[in-house]
Amino acid sequence: MSDHELIWRIAGGSGDGIDSTSQNFAKALMRSGLDVFTHRHYPSRIRGGHTYVEIRAAGHKVQSRGDGYNFLLALGDSFARNPKEGAYYGNEEIKPLSENLDELNEGGIIVYDSGLLSEDDVSELDLEERAEENDWHVFPIDLRAMAKEHGREVMRNTAGVGVTAALLEMNLEHIEDLMRDAMPEKILEPNLEILHDAHDMITEEYDFEHDLRIPEGDHEGEQALLSGSNAIAYGAIDSGCRFIAGYPMTPWTDVFTIMSQNLPDMGGISEQVEDEIAAAALAVGASHAGVKAMSGSSGGGFALMSEPLGLAEMTETPIVLLESMRAGPSTGMPTKPEQGDLEFTLYTSQGDSARVVFAPANIEEAYEQTRLAFHIAYEYQIPTIIIYDQKLSGENENVPVSLLDREPDPSLGSTLTEDELEDLPHDESGKFHRFQHDVENGVSPRSLPGQKGGRYLATGNEHTPAGHISEDPDNRVFQMDRRLEKLEAIRAELDEEHDSNQTYAGDESADFGIITWGSAQGAVVEATERLNDQGHSVKAVGVSDMMPFPEAELTEFIESVDQAMVVEMNATAQFRGLIQKELGRYGEKLTSLLKYNGNPFEPADIVEGYELNVDGSDAEPDAQVRIEPAAGD
Amino acid sequence: MSAFNAIGDEREIDRDEFTPGLEPQPTWCPGCGDFGVLKALKQALPEVGLTPEEVLTVTGIGCSGKLNSYLDTYGFHTIHGRSLPVARAAKLANDGLTVVAAGGDGDGYGIGGNHFMHTARENHDMTYIVFNNEVFGLTKGQTSPTSPKGHTSKTTPHGNAKSPIRPLSLALTSGATYIARTAAVNPNQAKEIIKEAIEHDGFAHIDFLTQCPTWNKDARQYVPYVDVQESDDYDFDIHDRQEAQEMMFETENALYEGTVLTGRYFVDERPSYQQQKKELGEMPEEPLAERYFDDDAEWERSYDLLERHK
Repeated sequence: MSDHELIWRIAGGSGDGIDSTSQNFAKALMRSGLDVFTHRHYPSRIRGGHTYVEIRAAGHKVQSRGDGYNFLLALGDSFARNPKEGAYYGNEEIKPLSENLDELNEGGIIVYDSGLLSEDDVSELDLEERAEENDWHVFPIDLRAMAKEHGREVMRNTAGVGVTAALLEMNLEHIEDLMRDAMPEKILEPNLEILHDAHDMITEEYDFEHDLRIPEGDHEGEQALLSGSNAIAYGAIDSGCRFIAGYPMTPWTDVFTIMSQNLPDMGGISEQVEDEIAAAALAVGASHAGVKAMSGSSGGGFALMSEPLGLAEMTETPIVLLESMRAGPSTGMPTKPEQGDLEFTLYTSQGDSARVVFAPANIEEAYEQTRLAFHIAYEYQIPTIIIYDQKLSGENENVPVSLLDREPDPSLGSTLTEDELEDLPHDESGKFHRFQHDVENGVSPRSLPGQKGGRYLATGNEHTPAGHISEDPDNRVFQMDRRLEKLEAIRAELDEEHDSNQTYAGDESADFGIITWGSAQGAVVEATERLNDQGHSVKAVGVSDMMPFPEAELTEFIESVDQAMVVEMNATAQFRGLIQKELGRYGEKLTSLLKYNGNPFEPADIVEGYELNVDGSDAEPDAQVRIEPAAGD
Repeated sequence: MSAFNAIGDEREIDRDEFTPGLEPQPTWCPGCGDFGVLKALKQALPEVGLTPEEVLTVTGIGCSGKLNSYLDTYGFHTIHGRSLPVARAAKLANDGLTVVAAGGDGDGYGIGGNHFMHTARENHDMTYIVFNNEVFGLTKGQTSPTSPKGHTSKTTPHGNAKSPIRPLSLALTSGATYIARTAAVNPNQAKEIIKEAIEHDGFAHIDFLTQCPTWNKDARQYVPYVDVQESDDYDFDIHDRQEAQEMMFETENALYEGTVLTGRYFVDERPSYQQQKKELGEMPEEPLAERYFDDDAEWERSYDLLERHK
């Protein structure tokens, strides 16, 4: 691995303080001028289990977790000792040293807590032999003893950070600042002491033979470290969303809690309710009454929202729903990312039900597309869905603060005032023609309960312009056509008024294309750059508009290449299926690179997939990915 | 100026205002108890001083769900069992509105049972009318959660093995603060109870007995009835949870033994959910929906939250 970037992995058991330590360390790196990207791996349990967080930092933009890593800080196994023989859950021994070695790059550094690992544990690993083979630099340090000396065993995190900083010749200033901000006086002092002791001890006692040093970088503007969940929540707040209803489920919970912690202080309302059917129905009810509202869930919970989703479409009530995917089917792997709910999200709910679906790929897109989702929902009175995954939910990236320096948008879209209502058609009983047949763009402006002259019935049944239930064939066709017409109007607006939501990378004249969607985009873009650096000619597109589909853009892209590989995190090539369905062809041109083992793509997976595609080798890829050939192959 | 001028509009209101000028042909059968609910509501709403435009009626699916097709207010005809979550969010979004939710016994106590329990527990300020005719009507006569034990239908050809649900007891245990049972055959009482329920600050549950002449062949199944407040045989303190519970139990047993007891069973002054949320600072004092029309409103920005991320 190059010395231009640091990929630092802190590993241990859930409950070891890995999250908070890594969050602070990432911020310290960001403050020192570097671009950072974090990746979090954790099991579905509260304490114990194998957990790590990786922080990649470089003087240039980083868009994925990178390939492997080059610094391991292996903490203890404090909460998972003495597993019971034969126990289903308890037999998972925490091996922060051994579990992580396979992905450590050549020339990497290992710091492990010798206070928690017996010599027998270590000798089983053939560590010396492997270290020699891979040019690893190993530092067994008794972090526990160091922490105990200063008071509490849990502070060995801080000791580990001190050791890290010393080995990388990193200034402690930013770390100290962050500790001062985060810690109460009582524990701050011993923590600062241990940080310095660890740092000085390493500097004084060891000779550094390794090449890895802290990279250098400089930001143009002030930066903030945000997760995808932060970006979506903040996008919603800036869109004027002041109502959220939800039920906790990983990984959607992140957005739900961020919103709940902020909305009441902004004059908004957050409701934790009995189930996801209720949650989405509440969003519908609040929006109907004139508030910008959202709800969301993950796979299984989103399944329950299928009914209110259809109701929102039929009653033309604007709502924004989130679908934060995790590996399925059913409960699947709650804390592992997958892009397996695409088809479900596009087509759930009965009848010719339509919605708008955006799939942001990174923090910036998560913010932008959330704002777009609210704009489209309220302007066109249609449910919009933001589909993303566990990876984007939890990974942190630095973005310029100026990205969020935007005016809030409290517009309720195509909603009428009482003055405007007076001039619009009403039927003999005084009911307002809420669902007129002939309107521009298919959008018939709405009134809100409590307004004078706006009385109407909203119903999930097919209905006349005033909202009366009707099975009249002509009315049915008019209403259905009008509702579907909105999608065409939305496609036209996205094409004309907004910059493309699709992201392009690589060499424009390339004849090999890579197509991807959602959070796999970062790794694809990096792989594309790497392939081009190696002398190949490759270009890539990351698609964000799932519905309505960007037909023209994708047709142009696919037409311009001889062959294209669709990269996505699921086993059944759902996005490739969508492309072929929407464009009605290209079966022979598209192959798939699929990964569904619970880990996101790394750039190297994609490079390998490209090589196998181009060389036409029969060899199975050795990363846990699968190639699905083009139709007819 | 408010964006919702219909709310709080004080004027003489003619009950005909609640009847659509263009009268739709009801889909209810002749002799159906649902007409009784419609009539009682049309009488009660103007008598408590409400105009059609400040009322939002939210219904579920089934014959009962058609209520707001024949009643001229703002209306939301939702989906089976889901009237309550839609209704309570509308009330949270704009608590100037008067919200009346309605559904049938299958809708309210079956598919929507979970929402019933939680809406009562939270004590949302609204009225909930359940049309209880002990049968699924619109799907042609299947057994419902309130059908008596032994009830035979196409779905229970050997008789219903299940005991009926106890709606009043369920409402009480769940936390409803106004609980009554009335019947279409008792129109004066029905009107008075609806008026009280609407004026009650909290979750008011009315188990409204509506005879089904088509699928429960005995269209007079709720006659004779006894008004528990007016009868000397029943003496209990309506504010006493335990006494109310005992009376409810008696009523619920008696319903299937040819005796129908109606009236108010429980009234509690526990503050409504909306009130509680306001006290905790979890809900704005002014209706949230007004804010979108207020040009002077200051909209906080997420930019202000970035300090902790830097």
